[in-house]
Amino acid sequence: MQEWANHLCENRQFGSKMTDSKYFTTTKKGEIFELKAELNSDKKEKKKEAVKKVIASMTVGKDVSALFPDVVNCMQTDNLELKKLVYLYLMNYAKSQPDMAIMAVNTFVKDCEDPNPLIRALAVRTMGCIRVDKITEYLCEPLRKCLKDEDPYVRKTAAVCVAKLHDINAQLVEDQGFLDTLKDLISDSNPMVVANAVAALSEIAESHPNSNLMDLNPQTINKLLTALNECTEWGQIFILDCLANYTPRDDRESQSICERVTPRLSHANSAVVLSAVKVLMKFMEMLPKDLDYYGTLLKKLAPPLVTLLSAEPELQYVALRNINLIVQRRPEILKHEMKVFFVKYNDPIYVKLEKLDIMIRLASQANIAQVLAELKEYATEVDVDFVRKAVRAIGRCAIKVEQSAERCVSTLLDLIQTKVNYVVQEAIVVIKDIFRKYPNKYESVIATLCENLDSLDEPEARAAMIWIVGEYAERIDNADELLESFLEGFHDESTQVQLQLLTAIVKLFLKKPTETQELVQQVLSLATQDSDNPDLRDRGYIYWRLLSTDPVAAKEVVLAEKPLISEETDLIEPTLLEELICHIGTLASVYHKPPSAFVEGSRGVQHKRLPGSAGSGESESPDAGSAGGVSEAPPAVIPSQGDLLGDLLNLDLTPPTATGPPPPSSGMQMGAMDLLGGGLDSLMGDESEPPHIPPRTHTPQSPQLPHQSPSPPDYSPTELGGDLGGSPAMGSGFGGPPAAMPASFSAPVSGGLDDLFDLGGGVGMPMGAYSPPKTIWLPAMKAKGLEILGTFARRAGVIQMEMTLTNKAMSVMSDFAIQFNRNSFGLAPAGPLQVLTPLSPNQSIEVALPLNTVGPIMKMEPLNNLQVAVKNNIDVFYFSCQYPISMLFVEDGTMDRQVFLATWKDIPNDNEAQFQIKDCHLNSDAASNKLQGSNIFTIAKRTVEGQDMLYQSIKLTNGIWVLAELKVQAGNPNFMVSLKCRAPEVSQCVFQSYEAVLKN
Amino acid sequence: MSASAIFVLDLKGKVLICRNYKGDVDMAEIDHFMSLLMQHEEDGLICPVMSHGNVHFMWIKHSNLYLVATTNKNSNASLVYSFLYKLVEVFTEYFKELEEESIQDNFVVVYELLDELMDFGFPQTTDSKILQEYITQEGAKLEVAKSKVPTTVTNAVSWRSEGIKYKKNEVFIDVIESINVLVNANGSVMSSDIVGSIKLKTMLSGMPELRLGLNDRVLFALTGRDKGKTVVMEDVKFHQCVRLSRFESDRTISFIPPDGESELMSYRINTHVKPLIWIESVIEKFSHSRVEIMVKAKGQFKKQSVANNVEVRVPVPSDADSPKFKTSTGHAKYVPEKNLVVWTIKSFPGGKEFLMRAHFGLPSVENEELEGKPPITVKFEIPYFTVSGIQVRYMKIIEKSGYQALPWVRYITQSGDYQLRTNV
Repeated sequence: MQEWANHLCENRQFGSKMTDSKYFTTTKKGEIFELKAELNSDKKEKKKEAVKKVIASMTVGKDVSALFPDVVNCMQTDNLELKKLVYLYLMNYAKSQPDMAIMAVNTFVKDCEDPNPLIRALAVRTMGCIRVDKITEYLCEPLRKCLKDEDPYVRKTAAVCVAKLHDINAQLVEDQGFLDTLKDLISDSNPMVVANAVAALSEIAESHPNSNLMDLNPQTINKLLTALNECTEWGQIFILDCLANYTPRDDRESQSICERVTPRLSHANSAVVLSAVKVLMKFMEMLPKDLDYYGTLLKKLAPPLVTLLSAEPELQYVALRNINLIVQRRPEILKHEMKVFFVKYNDPIYVKLEKLDIMIRLASQANIAQVLAELKEYATEVDVDFVRKAVRAIGRCAIKVEQSAERCVSTLLDLIQTKVNYVVQEAIVVIKDIFRKYPNKYESVIATLCENLDSLDEPEARAAMIWIVGEYAERIDNADELLESFLEGFHDESTQVQLQLLTAIVKLFLKKPTETQELVQQVLSLATQDSDNPDLRDRGYIYWRLLSTDPVAAKEVVLAEKPLISEETDLIEPTLLEELICHIGTLASVYHKPPSAFVEGSRGVQHKRLPGSAGSGESESPDAGSAGGVSEAPPAVIPSQGDLLGDLLNLDLTPPTATGPPPPSSGMQMGAMDLLGGGLDSLMGDESEPPHIPPRTHTPQSPQLPHQSPSPPDYSPTELGGDLGGSPAMGSGFGGPPAAMPASFSAPVSGGLDDLFDLGGGVGMPMGAYSPPKTIWLPAMKAKGLEILGTFARRAGVIQMEMTLTNKAMSVMSDFAIQFNRNSFGLAPAGPLQVLTPLSPNQSIEVALPLNTVGPIMKMEPLNNLQVAVKNNIDVFYFSCQYPISMLFVEDGTMDRQVFLATWKDIPNDNEAQFQIKDCHLNSDAASNKLQGSNIFTIAKRTVEGQDMLYQSIKLTNGIWVLAELKVQAGNPNFMVSLKCRAPEVSQCVFQSYEAVLKN
Repeated sequence: MSASAIFVLDLKGKVLICRNYKGDVDMAEIDHFMSLLMQHEEDGLICPVMSHGNVHFMWIKHSNLYLVATTNKNSNASLVYSFLYKLVEVFTEYFKELEEESIQDNFVVVYELLDELMDFGFPQTTDSKILQEYITQEGAKLEVAKSKVPTTVTNAVSWRSEGIKYKKNEVFIDVIESINVLVNANGSVMSSDIVGSIKLKTMLSGMPELRLGLNDRVLFALTGRDKGKTVVMEDVKFHQCVRLSRFESDRTISFIPPDGESELMSYRINTHVKPLIWIESVIEKFSHSRVEIMVKAKGQFKKQSVANNVEVRVPVPSDADSPKFKTSTGHAKYVPEKNLVVWTIKSFPGGKEFLMRAHFGLPSVENEELEGKPPITVKFEIPYFTVSGIQVRYMKIIEKSGYQALPWVRYITQSGDYQLRTNV
């Protein structure tokens, strides 16, 4: 920084050019002192020059905060430029000098009443940027005036200032009633004011999702639509983005809004166009498809989307990412526009890759010839990533458009002839998928493929080739030699290749048992004895066991018919797609991730959904907890949330290839791992004992886990034979969105996946919430003969205080009443204590008092302490008891997995508390069931090296979420539980509940 | 909603000037920008959005500057990029050139502009003509004239000030059509379209109401006229000043124009156009010895028209040497830093055909680096003519003072993205 200033100094000290850079020249020592003197000069000009020098120093990163009082002294000036500079200085240093910043307050307040609206606005704008509490207090009065200022320039600035202030002190804004004023500004006569008010309200609403601020009704919508025609391009974006949050009441309203929004598609600003597209894409959902207007609207959307491709490259990129979503949601819009996505030589790489992706999505029988010609052209380019993706794209075309498969294969063979290493490898990977899609059609090319065996150095390509050799072993004469050659370096191979090699050799053995016995023994021993990879060992043992006990069964399992792979390998999971459509134009649409995955503080924010369509018979997918108590249906494809969760759990055991797509089957592996793990973890735990199947220590309490049966033959056979064959990653872009599983593939896997993902579906839970046994709360001797035993329970969602009142006195007791002191969670009796008949001596009565949590709140020590007063005809007695916090766990405490991920990451590690639960003799499923009875929901599970990790969420009545990770190791009675919560104080209590629930 | 802060960086990633709008992202985060960018470049995967932790960088590059917006929210990305480009536009209008030096030379104005252009992440007034009325470059004093916000800032008409006066009221209309063509190596046209633009230079007093009439087929169909040639515009984009809902309802292009120069509208036409200058090329590469290039250019437009400043750019291998040329007209030049032969023809009449031959030597040791296959590109301008046949039929100018104003129209067709792939 200094250098820059000095450099400028050298260059310019003789220069006569009068530019601002001259202010950078005084960066010598003692400068601060000099500046101080200049700032206090009587001459206005000199003062201004000095302030400019100060700002120049600030700009190059020098600390000039020492000059704070001197600069603030210059604030009272009628020179607007000087004032702006001083304000700028204040914004920068006020936070570090809060006490001195107060000095400026008076001038601010005065400036807010200046006759010049520019100065009023400037003052209110700057004040909002000074994030010092003491100053904000003084801001309220000027802000109130400015919100009602006669000049729209001041009002529009004040509107934004409300959002600023809200960001610093939300309570203050509410108390001062600024939110209402802001809402009033939506009806302002000036469109700029309206736009800024909308922007400010949206901003506040976004950070406070439950505030219900943007209470959009047809009247306000009408006002917004009117302002839309008159405000600046930016204002139009604010308004359109706000409109997109509205859900019209019916298709008529939806159509009339669409009609008023469509003209925006002709705006020169791409951002206006995209925001309009967002509104239209969303509202279109409500229009009946047979409506003429629906067709008109579809037609209107294509041209502006295409024109976006003439914008600047960065905007093109955003547009292309969004078009990718739009094409998935409504393919009909752009189906005739293939050509515009052809790649140009000078397109930036990020544009090229996106165009390629869209080309594949639009590929159809009608245009496939053109597309293939283009792809072939691209595959001979030099940009490695682009070429790879082009080759993959050819494979995807083959799978998507059956008629083109032959041409695709021959194109791929041509490309293999080029001998360009990475082209060959990509080609082999995709050809494997083509084999799977069209069995017994193209196997004649195997010989050509085999020629290139030696040049394959990428794990994915090696694995693909090995799969091919194993799968078609009977047609390849020297299959054993080929596979044997891989075996030499077995331990240097990646897991992916090792697993594949193991399976391939087993397949080979089953097909040609006589020649390959030695080979199969070799690979089994390599896999089971010399490897420390549990996946590999487990799979090796399964094969070993299968082959040694029942070769026929082995054949059935290993050589089973594989499910066909489907073309739509990389579609975004539908609910996520819907959410992303609601976020068109934003970062979420660029990342293809929901905002909750990358924005802090957005957990718990409702995921946006498209409105249901009217009259078209489409129904929204059922929400959790819908009729019949059936939990949320497992999605047909593994949602990419799964991958996200996988991220969190480090589930992805395969080392990612450097430039390749995400490992081909992270989803698969999850499935497979669980499958193998479920049955064999425990038995493989004991290394010294070679394969045998001991009875599994599996409590039969898991009716919802039908697929997790204990012996291998029950596994869905395709799992073991099909393994790598399906290539869910085939279509996934480089660094693109996580690949979803092909739909057809998910069927056999779903067993395993259900286990993984849908443990939370509490269907017919056998156990209720845990309730501790009654204890003596109030001994008779302390209460003139009244003895109270009590406990707490949660029954059918209702918290109850269950008491046994015993009269140990000599006289009858009556007129019972109960009251609670203020407590941490606002527990209060929901009704009077129902003791209707007087209590005779030595008589006992059972009372259940329903409680609610809307009482006054005061933090107690310990947190779950409750002070109770019981009155009867004799006296008032006081006692305190502690309730298990588990009764505050609500039934809808299942957190979305993705939200879980984000939240877990987001909560600082300091908030994490770890506890050990000793002597708990349950397996993880039983534990999970038990906990669920008390509304501790397991939302994901994974198994690593015999250790089950359960990821659980809990929601308290006051909305606090607690996230837990429970580690259960087979054979180890000590569980580890880690709790993360934004309010770490509850952790201790929650842990106690864990212990209590698990041990009872 | 959009940006938390805006930074202007030099090529090394050093912050030249910045403005923190929301304070929710640590300003020091920008230090990660350069290393992230380099990382992406190394991986060959440059991307306009990058993230570090929960901070997202959206950036563009202009001359020797990076303009970067940071955010930690789900911002409207298209708005941010539009805004960054608007920033470039405003700065350029203020300082002629936007580059490192102009930022340093004008930091006071830059700060003032940053303050006015965006507030708390919301873009505000970004029309540079209007901004220039109250943010002046001479470091203005607070004079009486400046003590008012120009009403334009908050007016519904935010692009034109009141009280503009001209002695002679005129408006100049330029209709410019750019031809984009992509031709395959085997000579088939893969895609072609026309991107047209209508630019105005308005020198009109007061607050004139303008109405532009084009031979728009949709309009003619609406009004029932169908005389003469009409044009189907696939997509039309308008300047902020045009009343979009009016256009949507009756195809009338009505507006109060900004003063001076502006782009009133642009349109795209999808019709299959014959490439106006057709190129046939034979490029033969004899490894280790030579490259022979033969290029034939043909004017496929009316004989009466003339294409000016035609440039045919033919790629050559990067290790080529000792160029020799022969041309039937114009002259050819080797531009080694771009690995191109540029064949220039000052005046190219329609229907004519010209030829250029080039010969290059190749070193006996071959360049090992794989080279891409850049296409042949062509540049040209044909005045007095639009490919689409679009015409300005009238321009009505009404101002309450009732002056007479003259509209002048000019047509020109030029090359846009005009690429012909080659076999080599």
